[in-house]
Amino acid sequence: MHGRPRKAPKPEDEAASAAKAQKLRALQTQFFSFHHDQIYTKEAVELSAKLLEINPESYTAWNYRKLAVEHYLSQPECDPDSVKSVLDDELKVVESALRQNFKSYGAWHHRKWVLSKGHSSINHELRLLDKFQKADSRNFHAWNYRRFVAELMNRSEQDELKYTEDMIYTNFSNYSAWHNRSVLLSALLEKKAEGFLLKENVLPEEYEFIHQAIFTDPDDQSGWFYNLWLLDQTVTTDSPLLVSTWPTCGSDVLIMGDGCQNGSFSPFTTLLSDSGSFPIILYFNQPVEGVNSSTVTIECGFDKNGYLHWEPLSVSNSQAAQVWVAHLKFPTPELDSSVEVRVGHSKGIISTRGFQYCHPSTFSFNVHVQHVERDSFQVSVAESILWREENFKIYRAQSEESIPIASFDQLCIKNGHESTASNWRTEALAKEIECFRELLSLMDCKIGKLTLARLLMAYDAMSFPFATKLVHSEEVLELYNDLMKLDPTHHRYYKDEHSLVLLQKMTSSKESLLQHCFQYKDSVSSVIGNLICLRLNNLSLSRIGAFEKLLWVQMLDLSHNELQSIEGLEAMQLLSWLGLGNNKLGSVTALEPLRKLKSLRVLDISYNQIGDHSIDTTRYLCSSPLSHSVGSELNKDETAIIDAALVNYLEAFYMLKDLNLNQLDIVGNTIADETFKSALVKIMPTLKRLDGKVLD
Amino acid sequence: MEDIPPYPPIDPTTFDLIVIGTGLPESIIAAAASTASKSVLHLDPNPFYGSHFSSLPLADLPSFLSTHSTSPSPPRSRSSEDSNEFSVLDLCTRPLYSSIDISVFSPDLLDQNSRKFNLDVAGPRVFFCADKSIELILNTGANQYMEFKSIDATFVGDNKGNLLNVPDSRAAIFKDKSLGLMEKNQLMRFFKLVQGHMAGEQDVKISDEDLQSPFVDFLNKMGLPPKIKSFILYAIAMADYDQEDTGVCRDLLKTKDGIDQLALYNASIGRFQNASGALLYPIYGQGELSQAFCRRAAVKGCIYVLRMPVTALLVDKDSGCYKGVRLASGQDIFSQKLILDPTFKVTLPSGSSPPSPLQAKLPFFSQKDDRGKIARGICITMTSLKPDMSNFLVVYPPRSLFPEQATSIRLLQIASNLAVCPPGMFVLYISALCNDDDQGKKLIHAVVNILLTVPPINSESNAAVQSETAESGCAVQDENAESSSTGPSDPGEGKPTLLWSALYNQELTLGQDDFICSTPMPDGKLNYDDLIDAAVKLFKKIYPEDEFFPQTSSENPEDEDDGDGDGDVSLET
Repeated sequence: MHGRPRKAPKPEDEAASAAKAQKLRALQTQFFSFHHDQIYTKEAVELSAKLLEINPESYTAWNYRKLAVEHYLSQPECDPDSVKSVLDDELKVVESALRQNFKSYGAWHHRKWVLSKGHSSINHELRLLDKFQKADSRNFHAWNYRRFVAELMNRSEQDELKYTEDMIYTNFSNYSAWHNRSVLLSALLEKKAEGFLLKENVLPEEYEFIHQAIFTDPDDQSGWFYNLWLLDQTVTTDSPLLVSTWPTCGSDVLIMGDGCQNGSFSPFTTLLSDSGSFPIILYFNQPVEGVNSSTVTIECGFDKNGYLHWEPLSVSNSQAAQVWVAHLKFPTPELDSSVEVRVGHSKGIISTRGFQYCHPSTFSFNVHVQHVERDSFQVSVAESILWREENFKIYRAQSEESIPIASFDQLCIKNGHESTASNWRTEALAKEIECFRELLSLMDCKIGKLTLARLLMAYDAMSFPFATKLVHSEEVLELYNDLMKLDPTHHRYYKDEHSLVLLQKMTSSKESLLQHCFQYKDSVSSVIGNLICLRLNNLSLSRIGAFEKLLWVQMLDLSHNELQSIEGLEAMQLLSWLGLGNNKLGSVTALEPLRKLKSLRVLDISYNQIGDHSIDTTRYLCSSPLSHSVGSELNKDETAIIDAALVNYLEAFYMLKDLNLNQLDIVGNTIADETFKSALVKIMPTLKRLDGKVLD
Repeated sequence: MEDIPPYPPIDPTTFDLIVIGTGLPESIIAAAASTASKSVLHLDPNPFYGSHFSSLPLADLPSFLSTHSTSPSPPRSRSSEDSNEFSVLDLCTRPLYSSIDISVFSPDLLDQNSRKFNLDVAGPRVFFCADKSIELILNTGANQYMEFKSIDATFVGDNKGNLLNVPDSRAAIFKDKSLGLMEKNQLMRFFKLVQGHMAGEQDVKISDEDLQSPFVDFLNKMGLPPKIKSFILYAIAMADYDQEDTGVCRDLLKTKDGIDQLALYNASIGRFQNASGALLYPIYGQGELSQAFCRRAAVKGCIYVLRMPVTALLVDKDSGCYKGVRLASGQDIFSQKLILDPTFKVTLPSGSSPPSPLQAKLPFFSQKDDRGKIARGICITMTSLKPDMSNFLVVYPPRSLFPEQATSIRLLQIASNLAVCPPGMFVLYISALCNDDDQGKKLIHAVVNILLTVPPINSESNAAVQSETAESGCAVQDENAESSSTGPSDPGEGKPTLLWSALYNQELTLGQDDFICSTPMPDGKLNYDDLIDAAVKLFKKIYPEDEFFPQTSSENPEDEDDGDGDGDVSLET
């Protein structure tokens, strides 16, 4: 079935197939006329059977047969015995069609349809399936149908699990069998069936089982797929967890607009805000739904009703997101107040896989709002900056200063009870790590290295609240470096992973983070000099991550990297200054995460590759082309302002229209000609500077 | 053979070829010669087909063995009379079996069923699904006279009575419970290396230097652990001698041959749809194979006469060349060529000196080769060695049972579903190469004692016991006692009880093609390939101009039976 070379047809074969086509055409013509006239006589029905035997792909014929059956069943003289015999005839037709092509969608579907009528014996079905699954053990049609039949006859998952085991023992290169195993185990675990009560008892055996396959033949991919599923089952906690927030627990946040520096406040927790509100950000370990004013409550001195509008931060327009934001308004220009946020004390936060958030947690922080003079404030926020090396100097932290990293740790420790409950996870990962180290000591194995890298990162992440840093990150980086050399085909993926690990490493400790913290100073600067600029430039990053530790960042320099995407950046709600110059962004649509950054004022996307390629390939990198949101929110008002000049830049229009940029640098992109620039000015009326030029 | 019934005379009296003995090599040559349009007379002194390759009823086996164990009967006087034209050289049999030891522990049970047994005289022996013998069977159409069944598994035995699975395929390695993960990985990588090498992949080519080196050195070089090495050498490549002791190893396997053997094994797995493993066994026993070729020969016009001993050779007085044979019936039959089975030995007429040309040739003919012997054992039990399995092979690698064990001991268990014994019984065939009778006995006993419960010999109820040497009987008892005191596995409990056993040593003779062509005795190999090679060689010797079973394309005029179509053997599932 698999791996058989195709033979060139011989002349006599060609003649035979021509004759077959001739016959088929004649049959088809006759059949269509019966179908058209709704003739369901014995002769007509038999003709369709003949047609299907030659060509099982004829959907129309299958549908015709369904109509014929329905027609017959609606006859008054129809008794139970004849119903059964009519349906049995259908099964026979399907069987002979399947013998012709056992991968015919139409035939399998028709069989399901007949079986669903509930008049046929199911016992025969398993025997039939055995035959087909013996002929091709990986035929996914048969496996699909098997699941259908098993459900119909109430066959126990345990029995089916045993069946997958038998199939795997016959030949373990069987994606379908492994897949079905994962489906069955999920069902059993969910049901909490006897012997499947706890993952920690079930998974070790499965690990043991899959190791046999992986070690026997590490080049076979099917086993690795199952291993990946097991790894996911081990790492992912059922119940979602809150991993990070802004403001962090116990922090003192200064919200200000002018340049006066208040010595007692750390620049890490000083926020410039011009909207009379500040964001509260919740960062979960997996996408959740149901974050709203009843599941997350606020207690503070200045907002008595405690109602907050929580917004999911996801690029697709789904109602589930890993990051949620709400904006808390402060009514007076000056304020000193503490705020308490209670997450999940009433039920309703639920993961996309259907698990409740069940670790109610509370965090509180103090807010100090400083008097803001309207005029100077606007100037300061709008202040232009020059992304020049000489304008940045390394930040020297005061010894007592609270760095967001530290408070992040505290938050995690509060979830400690979860950590002890998941000791088995850590143990399982440790075992796996040992196992694959051994495999790699024997042989060079790409997927083995990749798995080890994933395991080590998962292990570090799991033990993070207790360990002060990521102990394995150097080793993981080395593994990805190796993989890039070993497997150039997947270089981009390894590079992405390498970037993510690098970011995790840099953000994992206060010391390493401070090495990237700078303060901006130029000849005319004022207020922004008090802020921290996180500089992650020149690191050849191809992807960014570790957002949960970067929620506090307002000024971010990512220039001189190899970014093709800035996916996930929408989580950094405080960003006002963003440097993306000298990267590899290839299209305007790559900027989509920026649409969610309401406080972004200064953006540098100079010297990227926007407009280099006429076809925007990033569109096809998202989960489904249909899920892409561009153009889905067109409203009448907007249609009105799209004039001839903008028609050519519809994508730019959708991406940028919601941004409140004051300064944009776009020079050095193919797209950035004069017409485009003049379109930009129309799209973003707030723009003050474009490529260093002050606009009127 | 005292009362030979009177025979009608054979007509015609002249043939191209006379073949004496219906053992496998003789039968193949008879079939090949008939196919090459030679007139062939095929004789056998026995009333059954197969000679030393036959499968016999229980009651007949001891007498067959003992007939061939006695010293040659004195030449019959009447056949030594020289006629005018010929010298008459008396043929006598030479002893081929020695140290025969039949033990009956359950006479009633076995007597009732004697005819239901088909016991292989030259067991254990099997086919590899992809070996030469299967090819030959398919090419010649002999497959239409036989049916096969797959041997379920191969095990390696240890000195504690455990049977370890031999992970001989990808699926078996995956499934194996006794191998560690690392061992699985190493073994599978080695298999892949061999497969890659056989497929001619450039990057996995094994160097010529390695190919010429001893296989065991190559395995060491590949870093394979001792357990896996032993599996590969003795349970897959089926090496006979201890490969790691050059002192006792008479046949050091070269890497090239080892790889070929592995490739054969690999090609055997999955060759036939119904055969799960690499090995096949014929239903009704291996005697079927000789018979199938005889039937093939008969279809092509070969004349068969069983129960017809040959008493003498007729030799041209002047040239010393072979002319014909004298039958026990007294008839003289003439032929161009003669093939003898290895039973025979020529004795010179007493007192008379042979014709001078013959004298020069005879030393070769009666030459005794020094190939040692093969110890064989047949045991019958009521329970399987493995509760859930009926037909399987067990290999005891050298030194696995006792330190001086220099050769592999192989055991084949066959159940009633292969029609070799009554339902509910099992036949175990055991063999090992040895230098002499004592060594042979020790090897077979070691296996019997570790796997079976041997009931005490009760001399009253066992009138049939023909224990030749008192010592060997004692040895059984002794070693049994020893293993029960030291072995961790509970002896007696769970071990099948021995009902009947026949232990014997067999001479190993090579085929000869000098003065007279004679075929070899069953060798010590597990399959038939070397015997088939010997048969081909003999055929080429006598008929250098003729093709050995010419390929008859697809049309097979002799397919008078339904003909399963070529390329497949009939396998019962």
